[in-house]
Amino acid sequence: MGVAVVKLSDTTLGRVMRRPKGVIAGTWLILVVFVAVFAPYLTPYEYDIQDLPNAFRAPDAAHWLGTDEFGRDMLTRIMYGARTSLSVSTIAIGISVFCGMCLGAASGYFGGRFDRAVTAVIDLTWSFPEILVALILVAIIGPGVTGAMVAIGVAYLALFTRLTRSQIMAIKSETFVEASLSLGASHGHILMRHLLPNALAPVIVAAMLATGDAIILEATLGFFGLGAQPPTPSWGGLMSSGTAHMFKAPWIIIIPGVAVAVTVFAINLFGDALIHALDVRARVRES
Amino acid sequence: MLLRVKNLSVSIGTLTLLEGVSFDLAKGEIMGLVGESGSGKSLTALALTGLLPLIGGRVTAGSLEFDGTDMVTQPKRKLRALRGRRIAFITQNPMTALDPVQRIGPQVDFVSRTHLGLDRKAARARTIALLTQLRIPQADAICSSYPHQLSGGMKQRIVIAMALAGDPDLIVADEPTTALDVTVQAQIIHLLTRLVRERGLSLVLITHDMGVVAQACDKVAVLYAGRLAEQKPVHALFASPQHPYSAALIDCIPREGMAPGSLTGIPGNVASATAYPSGCRFHPRCPRAGAGCDTKVPVQRGLSDAGTVACHYPLNGAPDV
Repeated sequence: MGVAVVKLSDTTLGRVMRRPKGVIAGTWLILVVFVAVFAPYLTPYEYDIQDLPNAFRAPDAAHWLGTDEFGRDMLTRIMYGARTSLSVSTIAIGISVFCGMCLGAASGYFGGRFDRAVTAVIDLTWSFPEILVALILVAIIGPGVTGAMVAIGVAYLALFTRLTRSQIMAIKSETFVEASLSLGASHGHILMRHLLPNALAPVIVAAMLATGDAIILEATLGFFGLGAQPPTPSWGGLMSSGTAHMFKAPWIIIIPGVAVAVTVFAINLFGDALIHALDVRARVRES
Repeated sequence: MLLRVKNLSVSIGTLTLLEGVSFDLAKGEIMGLVGESGSGKSLTALALTGLLPLIGGRVTAGSLEFDGTDMVTQPKRKLRALRGRRIAFITQNPMTALDPVQRIGPQVDFVSRTHLGLDRKAARARTIALLTQLRIPQADAICSSYPHQLSGGMKQRIVIAMALAGDPDLIVADEPTTALDVTVQAQIIHLLTRLVRERGLSLVLITHDMGVVAQACDKVAVLYAGRLAEQKPVHALFASPQHPYSAALIDCIPREGMAPGSLTGIPGNVASATAYPSGCRFHPRCPRAGAGCDTKVPVQRGLSDAGTVACHYPLNGAPDV
């Protein structure tokens, strides 16, 4: 027995990348994240310095994606906008995954009155579209990056609570849980070591797909002027400012729209590949 | 006596599924608990491990004493400390008894870490030693594999290792071999009983295979429809069964030199818990049923051969009607 060598192709990510759609989507997502992180080093322009003589420039060699109504470089704005969109949507989904899993696991495992209370509240928010829940919450918290994060986080809380709860309820009647209990395992051990790891795969996939939806939701809030406030660019905000000049300078609205669409599409494709990569039974068949 | 079960009754909802079951088990003894499906074997196992609440059951009468402590009145915390440490449970189906997303090693380590307070390294060393004793080759490699990579027989050995890991005094094995190939069944039973004997543990072996009972047990309790039919030392049961049901079970074992087609079954089905027959619950299927069997519930009574039987017309004894 030597040192165990983990081959990249044996990891979940490796299995995602084995599929063409995983590769394509993954490449785009890595690119977007890279651009968002290193935006200041990749562009000679500032995202917030106005250059009025150069306003409404169509795409050319100096400004690859043109400029907006204040002469700011659109590519730069899109790159900085990726920062806002990605961070708001991933942090928001992070919040709702974490809280949703805690709530769902507790109510699914212990049941009883706590479960009924949680289910009632969650089902109530579930009955509204996410956008409505998010709008109400932004109205309460106030517009801005934090407001958008919390609003989107709460809007998707119901999804993850329900998903985790149903997973936990199905898994807790499995024999291995009974076996573990019969050997003296505590509730904490059962939850943390057996139930949550077994429930994780569908939650990861749902989180991936919800991140795509959250980007759209963030763009929507931004479009309504409820997300990141100017001059901080967000994809939704860019589109919103583009509507006024839709016929004069269509690239201002089209380019952020394309960015949102392609990114969300990539996330969905990646999630699709993830479903197969995380399927334990499929893994057995492949090996 | 390590285990003293007296007059135990268990109900789920309004249904009484186990009624007046009594038996004793000394340290180092192996007892077989036999009966058809639905006779209350698994329920007894759950009662012994204090896990009845899992299926919504509760002890409604009688007592269950383990090493002097009453299991029925113990608080949950105490029961949990007992489970795995002093009483271990081996579940029916090894295919589903292991967590599919956790490697074998940590699953077995957990028992000795929880109950014996071992650290990670010591627990793993103990796990590997146990797996080796269970004749699992390359135990350290097995520790880092997942359950789906192992065969059924291998998984059952892992489950047995988990049961032994807490160094218990009593093991309750609920049909440990039913889900396995016949070729591995004998091996597993042999291995389990050998380890139990070597360590001087007590074992309650639940099975519906009389062959396993004859091979492995010291004494045997026969359950029928939630009641104890007969209990006695295993050789006495096979030599002279008193209860017609025990005799019928023994007749169901195929023997060498039997004429083809001469293997008999027991006519009818196990009585349903929602409609138990009056009197002796076996009487509708019993070849010896006579006057009184359908009205009077037979009580356990001692006969000459160190056991007790609940029958009005035992095979070798005076009728009590």
